[in-house]
Amino acid sequence: MEKLFQYVYNLPQDQFNSARLHPPCAVCVAGTGSGSLSHAILRTIAPTGHLHTVEFHQQRAEKVAEEFKEHRVGHLVTVRNQDVCKDGFGVTGVADAVFLDIPSPWEAVGHAKAAMKKHGGRLCSFSPCIEQVQRTCEALTHQGFEAISTMEVLLRVHDVRTVSLPLPDFGPDASAQTEPDAREETPPTSTPNHPSITLKTTTPPREMPGHTGYLTFATKPRT
Amino acid sequence: MCFIMADCGDDDSQYRIKEGDCIVMKRGDIFKAAQIQPKKKVVFEKQWFFLDNAVGHLYGTVFETVSGGTLQPQKPKDTESSCDAKEAGTDNRNIVDDGKSQKLTRDHIEMFKKQGLKGQQIIQELIENSSTFRDKTEYAQDKYIKKKKKKYENTVTILKPSCRILAMMYHGREPGKICHLRYETLAQMLTLANVHAGSKVLVFETCAGLVLGAVMERMGGYGSVIQMYPGGTLHTTGRDSSADEKQSSMVEEEKSQPDATQQGSPEEQSMETSAGDDTGQDQEKTQEEKRKEAKAQEKKVKLEEKRKKLAAAAALLEGRNADGLVIASRFHPWPVLMGLLKFLSPSRPFVVYSQYKEPLIECYTKLKEQGGTVNLRLTDTWLRHYQVLPNRTHPLLLMSGGGGYLLSGTSVVMDRSKPTCSQQAEEPAPKRLKLTDTEG
Repeated sequence: MEKLFQYVYNLPQDQFNSARLHPPCAVCVAGTGSGSLSHAILRTIAPTGHLHTVEFHQQRAEKVAEEFKEHRVGHLVTVRNQDVCKDGFGVTGVADAVFLDIPSPWEAVGHAKAAMKKHGGRLCSFSPCIEQVQRTCEALTHQGFEAISTMEVLLRVHDVRTVSLPLPDFGPDASAQTEPDAREETPPTSTPNHPSITLKTTTPPREMPGHTGYLTFATKPRT
Repeated sequence: MCFIMADCGDDDSQYRIKEGDCIVMKRGDIFKAAQIQPKKKVVFEKQWFFLDNAVGHLYGTVFETVSGGTLQPQKPKDTESSCDAKEAGTDNRNIVDDGKSQKLTRDHIEMFKKQGLKGQQIIQELIENSSTFRDKTEYAQDKYIKKKKKKYENTVTILKPSCRILAMMYHGREPGKICHLRYETLAQMLTLANVHAGSKVLVFETCAGLVLGAVMERMGGYGSVIQMYPGGTLHTTGRDSSADEKQSSMVEEEKSQPDATQQGSPEEQSMETSAGDDTGQDQEKTQEEKRKEAKAQEKKVKLEEKRKKLAAAAALLEGRNADGLVIASRFHPWPVLMGLLKFLSPSRPFVVYSQYKEPLIECYTKLKEQGGTVNLRLTDTWLRHYQVLPNRTHPLLLMSGGGGYLLSGTSVVMDRSKPTCSQQAEEPAPKRLKLTDTEG
């Protein structure tokens, strides 16, 4: 079972998100999509937590439910095929954390609040566009969330390389000419290799992801 | 460091502040840890007060400090903005910044403070005595009020410590203590090392226990965590604290099938949490045991306990089947990595944190040479915060310059018969130099 979870969900935002979770947390996620975030979350809240995930696309919902069963985590997760913006998560007052990865998260903020425990909890919303972020933050403020914070996280990979930098040949050293017999000068042309300095360093990739989405975190206070 | 694990239970008492609790005080982005002790003066952001009144309230409550140093829960009325729909200008073309627009002097403000005026009232006075406030745009007024609030409001929020809050606190106050580890880098480490309930994780850190705490928090009481640390502060039989002797014993062991209990220089301390039914309770029990231990009057009893724990830790290590390895310290990572990798099962993740890139480059190179690992990756993360306000959304003007580097990989079964020629395969060969004959 662990091996299956080994396909580490590499996006730093998801690592960031799931870092706050641990058993026995209850988490709500919308929308399920491919289920990769859900799988990552399950890894962190097993064996005593529970995941409620909502996906409005029927086929995707069925497929991901199948996958959860296949991976033997079906008992830890409930998949609901509904529109979270209209019908919410299907649970109230149980979640320690809510994740929103949908096009209109501001429409789900109220439902997220209802799904969360009365003691409070954390919410995280992921949106590619700043306009979505603005609307979501407004909705969060309106619904009484606190500590609203938006950020972006990018992973940078460093390629370790051995680099050999040749030393330029600027001709014989001027001071050496005053004592031509003092030392044997090996004319540069006779050396098989030009001198160079080799070093181990890292290079960034030519191109790297510049943006995936903005992460907005907020805390629901005790209600 | 007193560490209380975040609890997801529904019991209200878990959410109430109790005497003796370790808490974190917060104002804006400033955090500070403290312990609630009766009649103990606490200083936070140039103010001193007693935490006694906080006991019994819920975590997350915002308090105001009143004169005399007592805390009072902030009433919701007080948080209302004093700036209701007021007149505002359209732009700053006529506003002259001569530093004379505020009529109140420092003395006036000190007097207000002595009179016991609340932060909100002081701000109101400042607004009324500012000749340019009315001319500012609404946004500029908001910004002005926010700035004054930061300076004059005397509120403090009492929070329950969690890995996230402590990480932010350390990063803001004493980053040196945690090797400048930024929170999201720590979060990455937990995921890269696949820390989860039921696993056996090896931790080597000098980050004030933050990394260890994060690992334990994530495991929720299931599985075991073995913390390794160098040097000899413990004197137990069969263990020698002098570095030299350890060095030599290590060499010997390499040659003669080492006994796991005597492995090298790192001393072992087990933080074993039993695979049990109670999650939060087990953690607290371990905490309590340690506290009790510290107070133990019989030195023999103390030693005996420690000996048992070390033996238990050694037993855990003996199998060399740890599920994950996490390293984050001020020491050069290579010797640590080299020494601890052997305790990992094959096909298990490890992650090494370093404030600097070069030591990790060295680790990468050496790991490639000696084999036994795959999927080596050297990464760091870029993090930027945003201000999100209507018509005023933009990234913040200052951002974190860096949060350290991570080297991660997976252990594999070492095939000792073949020398690893993967080094050349993984790394493109340096380009061959073209010889240009210029000399004549």
